Amino acid sequence: MKKTDIGPPDFRMMLPDIIKENYGKWQHHEILKPGLMKHVAESGSELYTVRVGSPRLVSIDFIRDICDVADKYCDGFLRFTSRSNVELLVSKKENVEPMIEDIKKLGLPIGGIGDCISNIVHTQGWIHCHSSATDASGLVKAIMDELIEYFTEFKLHAKLRIAVACCINMCGAVHCSDLAIVGIHTKPPKIDNSKLSAVCEIPSTIASCPTGAIHRHPDKNINGLELKEERCMYCGNCYTVCPAMPLADPVGDGVAIYVGGKVSNARKAPMFSKLAVPFIPNNPPRWPEVTSVLKNIVEVYAKNSRKYERMGEWIERVGWERFFSLTGIQFTEQHIDDFSGAMDTLRSTTQFRW
Amino acid sequence: MAGDTPMLDDLEKGPWPSFVKEMKRAAKKNKAAEDLVGVVELSYKDKITHWKHGGIVGVTGYGGGVIGRYSDVPEQFPNAEQFHTMRINHPSGWFYNTKSLRTVCDIWEKHGSGLTNFHGSTGDIILLGTKTENLQPAFDEYIEHGFDLGGSGSVLRSPSGCVGPARCEWACFDSLDLIYDLTQSFQDELHRPRWPYKFKIKASACPNDCVAAIARADFTIIGTWRDSLSINQEEVKVYAEKGMNIQKDIVANCPGSALTYDESNGELHVQPEDCVRCMHCINKMSKAIKIGKDRGATILVGGKAPILKGAFLSFVLVPFMKIEPPYTEIKDLLFKIWDWWDEHGRNRERVAETIGRRGFKEFLKGVDLKPVPQMVKHPRTNPFVFF
Repeated sequence: MKKTDIGPPDFRMMLPDIIKENYGKWQHHEILKPGLMKHVAESGSELYTVRVGSPRLVSIDFIRDICDVADKYCDGFLRFTSRSNVELLVSKKENVEPMIEDIKKLGLPIGGIGDCISNIVHTQGWIHCHSSATDASGLVKAIMDELIEYFTEFKLHAKLRIAVACCINMCGAVHCSDLAIVGIHTKPPKIDNSKLSAVCEIPSTIASCPTGAIHRHPDKNINGLELKEERCMYCGNCYTVCPAMPLADPVGDGVAIYVGGKVSNARKAPMFSKLAVPFIPNNPPRWPEVTSVLKNIVEVYAKNSRKYERMGEWIERVGWERFFSLTGIQFTEQHIDDFSGAMDTLRSTTQFRW
Repeated sequence: MAGDTPMLDDLEKGPWPSFVKEMKRAAKKNKAAEDLVGVVELSYKDKITHWKHGGIVGVTGYGGGVIGRYSDVPEQFPNAEQFHTMRINHPSGWFYNTKSLRTVCDIWEKHGSGLTNFHGSTGDIILLGTKTENLQPAFDEYIEHGFDLGGSGSVLRSPSGCVGPARCEWACFDSLDLIYDLTQSFQDELHRPRWPYKFKIKASACPNDCVAAIARADFTIIGTWRDSLSINQEEVKVYAEKGMNIQKDIVANCPGSALTYDESNGELHVQPEDCVRCMHCINKMSKAIKIGKDRGATILVGGKAPILKGAFLSFVLVPFMKIEPPYTEIKDLLFKIWDWWDEHGRNRERVAETIGRRGFKEFLKGVDLKPVPQMVKHPRTNPFVFF
């Protein structure tokens, strides 16, 4: 009988001595520069963390390079963050700067701690996903090349979290990010009734549609489906349950940009990101229209926000009307919600700005 | 053969580390990785994905953990025709020793493309690209070296949590131990799909929520405390001396209006009953202000991305729970939620959607909890009440 269900390794074997010794006994920390922080334990022990940007899609040789650094300076231990940064944990202060030099030799950026842009959480895109409406790794690379100074330097009043999801399934759950880039389809699925009944379950495909746009084909001789295209909002839920309803399209696919979400409870409660730009067509390899919109939003936010204000807090203070006028982004009918909860988004007060 | 790849080549330039360089590094050693470069270049040219829909593959005894993936251009790129993904459950907090990490790499060099994600959004190590025939041998070798598959499909997805007490002074419970314990306790739920849809558990050990548990998890555990934060007045004075405007930067930003600053003696005081534990003052005055001592967590449910009834942030279910081994209370609650959801949930309905359709009132009865005001933003405004 083969072994199964052993679960992941015990994290305790993955901790360096300094962490084992001071586990649960940290006293405070300081951010010394972008990408470097110091934690001080009750015992007086000091732990330095160096945060390193990674493309997330990496070869095993990248991991081995990082392991070499950790073996040389960190007693053979390291960790990753939830945003795919690498964190190297150093217990000897004199190791910090030589290690930073070695990391730079590998061509890797150091930053992302404190009032910075950290690494971009993202999904698979064209590398690996069947439902993607855009690429993820390429967008991330193009965006971070444009915004890298916000990763390596303190140029903001608060942290700024960016996420990319290559379709609205959002396996990266980007919907509470300061800036969210979401791949969207804008054309309805093309139903292939020649193979549909062989590869799909008709009732569950009909049931998958949130707007009731899918129904049985009216021609009794066709064992298939028909779509009321005017009801389709391109969510792709039908394609997820039925491969004979593909909706990817070279012209219709692109990205939308959402702004102002956060998950931390600090100051204001967590908030969703809201629509800023409804659609920008895909323009690989560098999506210049997307990166210029994002850069503009970041610059306007950096200039107009107050100390500690996250993107969403700044927008709430100045009002959405001023967000649109300051960024020069056009407000369109797509910005007005018509899905569940839409009525709650209308403004029932005479308080607004011109 | 990948051939010329001018569009991807462009993404080798620029200051941010390049995934294309990584793909090409893997391509030097592996034919599937080499063909992947060609497939992706073709997508860049055609502006459309070249991966087909799904495909059921796996390893013996498991109902998930492997994602089947087939290219729609196998004639052009035969070595990437099958490019399946394995999800390997990460250690709590994404901590590694280099020996383990090198082992993960060596096994993948032998059985896969050599390409990975460190990590996937849910937290697993993602191993990208192998053939069906390699799945079982790769899995057997990972198990032999202490690693197991993560979740995929309608299962409990691999739980994940923040760095917690390993390197943070704000940990209100041991997020690493809790995640490890829950993951080990629910191996069956994680590996064998039997629910309406996926279920995610995430734990952040303080309200800063570094792993975005409130947005991304059906079951959200966020550390908090019941007593008062504490203030060291000597350290407050040091912050003021170093130029911090305590009135403007700290007191004026307090969402509970719980702080008062007396400039005459330089003291900062808190009204504990007004504090909503947002973390702002603690974040900015880490040396002077400490979290409370009666620590535990708020349990929230329902967080998810938009598919299908819209995105939800998790909402409060249990305002305060002590989080201590053997974690019986939290496990009992999970079993009650799963039982109720399994009974009432429709196919592809996340727990928040089942709650939305059946009503939070009914859900509370199903999981044996009494309504409390902390669960709502405000009481209902309409008169259409069932008695």
